[in-house]
Amino acid sequence: METVPEQTRLHIPIPSSRPGEQPDFSDIEVPNAGSAERPDEGVDPREIPELASTLIRVLNKKHEAVGPWAMDIPVDTLRRGLRYMLTVRVYDDRMFQLQRQGKLSFYMKSTGEEAVSVAAALALRSGDMFFPSYRQQGLLIARDRSLVDMMSHCLSNSRDSAKGRQMPVMYTWKEGNFFSISGNLGTQLPQAVGWAMGAAYKNQDHVAAGWVGDGTTAEGDFHYALTFASVYQAPVIMNVVNNQWAISSYQGVAGGEHATFAERGLGYGLPALRVDGNDFLAVYAATQWAAKRARQLDGPTLIEHFTYRVEAHSSSDDPSQYRPLSEASEWPLGDPIERLKNHLINLGEWSEEQHQELYQETVEKIRAAYAEAESYGTLTDGPRLSRSTMFEDVYKEPLPHLQRQRAQMLED
Amino acid sequence: MATMNMIQALNSAMDIALRRDPNTLILGEDVGYFGGVFRCTAGLQEKHGLHRVFDTPISEGGIVAVAIGMGVAGLRPIVEIQFADYVYPAVDQLVSELARLRYRSGGEYWAPLTVRMPCGGGIRGGQTHSQSPEGIFTHVCGLKTVIPSNPYDAKGMLISAIEDDDPVIFLEPKRLYNGPFDGDPNKPAVSWEKSPQGEVPEEHYTVPLGKAEIVRPGLAATVVTYGTMVHVAKAAAEHANIDAEIIDLRSLVPLDIDTLVESVKRTGRVVVVHEATRTSGFGAELSAQIQEHCFWHLEAPIERVTGWDTPYPHAFEWDYFPSQKRIVDALKRTLGV
Repeated sequence: METVPEQTRLHIPIPSSRPGEQPDFSDIEVPNAGSAERPDEGVDPREIPELASTLIRVLNKKHEAVGPWAMDIPVDTLRRGLRYMLTVRVYDDRMFQLQRQGKLSFYMKSTGEEAVSVAAALALRSGDMFFPSYRQQGLLIARDRSLVDMMSHCLSNSRDSAKGRQMPVMYTWKEGNFFSISGNLGTQLPQAVGWAMGAAYKNQDHVAAGWVGDGTTAEGDFHYALTFASVYQAPVIMNVVNNQWAISSYQGVAGGEHATFAERGLGYGLPALRVDGNDFLAVYAATQWAAKRARQLDGPTLIEHFTYRVEAHSSSDDPSQYRPLSEASEWPLGDPIERLKNHLINLGEWSEEQHQELYQETVEKIRAAYAEAESYGTLTDGPRLSRSTMFEDVYKEPLPHLQRQRAQMLED
Repeated sequence: MATMNMIQALNSAMDIALRRDPNTLILGEDVGYFGGVFRCTAGLQEKHGLHRVFDTPISEGGIVAVAIGMGVAGLRPIVEIQFADYVYPAVDQLVSELARLRYRSGGEYWAPLTVRMPCGGGIRGGQTHSQSPEGIFTHVCGLKTVIPSNPYDAKGMLISAIEDDDPVIFLEPKRLYNGPFDGDPNKPAVSWEKSPQGEVPEEHYTVPLGKAEIVRPGLAATVVTYGTMVHVAKAAAEHANIDAEIIDLRSLVPLDIDTLVESVKRTGRVVVVHEATRTSGFGAELSAQIQEHCFWHLEAPIERVTGWDTPYPHAFEWDYFPSQKRIVDALKRTLGV
């Protein structure tokens, strides 16, 4: 039998540290806040390749907003952003606890990534359409979706708008222009492009925005999205949330070793922005830039949000098996909530006392919302939808064979 | 002999394959350092080397495609698709490429892939973590499709699949990974330790692909099934005290039609059970073949107990999952009692 040598010539990417080792972020270059140029929204993408490799950052170490990407964001918007991000974090903590208590079958937190969705939602208009992945609950919260409804979905109870058909966190909310989350990876980014093509076709000035993770950029669907967006110059914002980890695979396994995820856009002729995803002001400014470009029909934008997945992939995951536990606390770009809080304090528009008060209020709000949500049932107790509803919505009207199957089930 | 659950049995099969053949390697999402989300490849990277058990990008089409290329280059890749529900981006590579490579090249080229994937429900996985897509693969000529129902078969069949020069779709009923399951979600979980099928040789052995097993002999009726439903059907017959013969197909393509025909000729009554949706499911193929071979021996219409023709609903999992009661009702109908 042939033998393969112990060491082969095949390259296998390996992360900088594993459990039991010291976290090593030395390969991450953090440019100074304010150092990236801000071109006009109508710029030719070929003139700005450097924005795909730098990091657009606005908040500096002194908590000031600096440089050309520091926009004139109303203080009220910043305070709303802080409130929404805090709500997402407290919501996540509570839902995760409830999963551990057996009330939910599954949960996924977005801790550390709150700015990516909340800032984007606030920078866009209510008519703009979201095609999220499964870690953008911040989009719902920033569009003021009822917390009771969000929880009711996660409980698969009698008030669940997905009618008990989906695992927790696979939200759907048409009224809020939030697309039904599939659960499959990347499938919805090209659909976002198609929605944007539809808006252009109808001469509307709405924008579509889609989100995928760093890992998902490896799926063919990601490349379909970039191709079609480029070919039809669709008014779409394609967001890659690079949170460094796809379950146990670090971003190098998705191809992050040799180019940034934003740089994927350059080959397609797309403007590509690489943004500090833990900097609320930077995410807001980049999204606003891309939205303006899309609305004036100058074409799509790819944005990489450079961030860190602080918690496990999901309630089924145990990250201590594959990465050093202290990575999160040593992440060089800090925490998005702390950073925005400190900025507001620096502006004289916020205080530690107000923050503590807001935190307590938020905890109370989440507690009250859950008490109400639970009154509509849980997966195992209390009111629930009739099981015969399982046969609805497979088609617009149940086909005869489904009607027969429903009758058969109800007879049993 | 050792006591193993299905995860350990699969791990042992791959360990042996990696040891025996330096051209064997494992690739898939999270299979390397972490050892897979269900832990089936735990420890194998450390034991056999970074280049023999490695993580891939999240790209099922890409994974199968590069594995085909590796197979053509003389390697023997074992591919893990994290959930069978995630396999669809790879369908073009499986159907148009892998399945037909030997045929279209006049026998010049082939790729001996084993494509493992956890399938089936019963874990509150909703529509994207519960599907049973075997019928999609059995419809494709050029692929073998198998599905073990216990640790002993899982190890022996996986070694057979890896050593097979044809591509094999290897479905793993994830509800059975840690123990047999009789369909009652309210009962405490049972481990494989208490089951004779959890006794697994540590060394190399094979269970041939294409051989069904009679797991419970009986004379009154024949229940044809596979995967998780083997255990549900067996418990149903026992609880209802019906002398039904339970056949675990183990392999769908190739199909052990002789064992089926021999049984049906004795019993004259058939219930086909699977978890997958009904319309164009593998049960339709089984019903057709049974009537082709046994028409004059049948005493009653062939019954099918299957998942309903809807996506797998999260909240209604136990209304959807074929229950012991549904199997007993079907047995009673076919027995006319």
